[in-house]
Amino acid sequence: MIGIVNYGAGNIFSLTSALERLNIPFNMVNTEVELNQYSHIIIPGVGHAGAAMRKLEQTGLVAPIIALKKPVLGICVGMQLLTEHSEEGDATLMGIIPVKTKLFNKAQGIKIPHMGWNDIDHKNNSLFEGVRSGTQFYFVHSYFIEYNATFDIATANYGMPFSAAVQKDNFYGVQFHPEKSGAAGERLLKNFSNLKL
Amino acid sequence: MLSKRIIPCLDVKDGRTVKGVNFVDLKDAGDPVELAWQYAEQGADELVFLDITATHERRGTTIEMVKSVARQLNIPFTIGGGITSVADAEALLNAGADKISINSAAVRNPQLIEDLAKAFGVQFVVVAVDTKLVDGHNMVHLNGGRLITELETEHWILQATNLGAGEILLTSMDHDGTKNGFDCKLLDTIARSVNIPVIASGGAGKVEHFTEVFLETGVDAALAASVFHFSEIPIPFLKQELKKHNIPVRL
Repeated sequence: MIGIVNYGAGNIFSLTSALERLNIPFNMVNTEVELNQYSHIIIPGVGHAGAAMRKLEQTGLVAPIIALKKPVLGICVGMQLLTEHSEEGDATLMGIIPVKTKLFNKAQGIKIPHMGWNDIDHKNNSLFEGVRSGTQFYFVHSYFIEYNATFDIATANYGMPFSAAVQKDNFYGVQFHPEKSGAAGERLLKNFSNLKL
Repeated sequence: MLSKRIIPCLDVKDGRTVKGVNFVDLKDAGDPVELAWQYAEQGADELVFLDITATHERRGTTIEMVKSVARQLNIPFTIGGGITSVADAEALLNAGADKISINSAAVRNPQLIEDLAKAFGVQFVVVAVDTKLVDGHNMVHLNGGRLITELETEHWILQATNLGAGEILLTSMDHDGTKNGFDCKLLDTIARSVNIPVIASGGAGKVEHFTEVFLETGVDAALAASVFHFSEIPIPFLKQELKKHNIPVRL
């Protein structure tokens, strides 16, 4: 069963609705004890990364999350929390994946936020099983995770290449919103729920 | 590359969709959930629901509708109509809406844009602008084009953007309902002058109008109602045609 870290960073109605449609059982995680009750953990997140990190710290779950050995999926800001640092609020984050979260650069002639459907090239990670490389996913964000060949499992391009999805050991992150990304997003959530380590 | 978005717009009254939607295999044309699901299946990139009778007493009905849509829909959607406060917007966010659209409330109280952006992020705030040409000037109008304001359209859009609008939905009242094509000249001016996405609206009648608006202007999305509701332009066909012109679309 999936445990969703409940730390008050944004609305999760769409995420839980998607899991319900897919018949993937889930429950909310508020404490360390609950964190250990589920086979898979999702860290959602919408909004300001620095503010989200402060909320996560208030739950006391940061250290227990870092110590997890089971599959963890960060979505959007939840993914950014896995990185070392965000330019949004100059925030120190969990540092599970040694990459940084940066602000898109207006000077490149791109509109910010990066909002809409963008195609991704994935590297056949099991998270993307059954998803054709080049498939579009739905993104809404102004900050992005720098491309790093070691941890990148899917790349998107917006002014420059950035990581649409990353992985380090049991930790996965996706910048797009699988719960809003049509059939491809639903497949990704299903794949995550089936991940075994 | 970021795809250009195709957005059907649905009018909603008392939690039901109105305006003769005519799909062959639709059991209940007034059911927003079924209709939304059909559009998602066809390849719509996003949906806009416009609550046309959003009175304070009926807010609850709309919230329930938004929840039902959010439970079933796997693409993003925006809800507009009758949102005048941060509390209104928050109720819709909690019900699962991805964005809210404000129009006359923003004109009457521009501070609302900033308040909403601060509370929920700019990505949540769509500012809808109805424009009409008056003596050679594009002027902002309210009440579906019936009420002229003192605001010059381009100026208002820049102000709204500076206040925290995350997206502009620009409807040309001169083109709306004519099916003679979008107002490409104005849309291009606006799309070039702001650094946020612009949705073109008003005037779609043929596939060529969509091709034209994407090739000739910098807009990010095109919105239409009747051509989609009556299946005059099937969305899969439209997207294939756009792709033939090398316009990036989600297929």
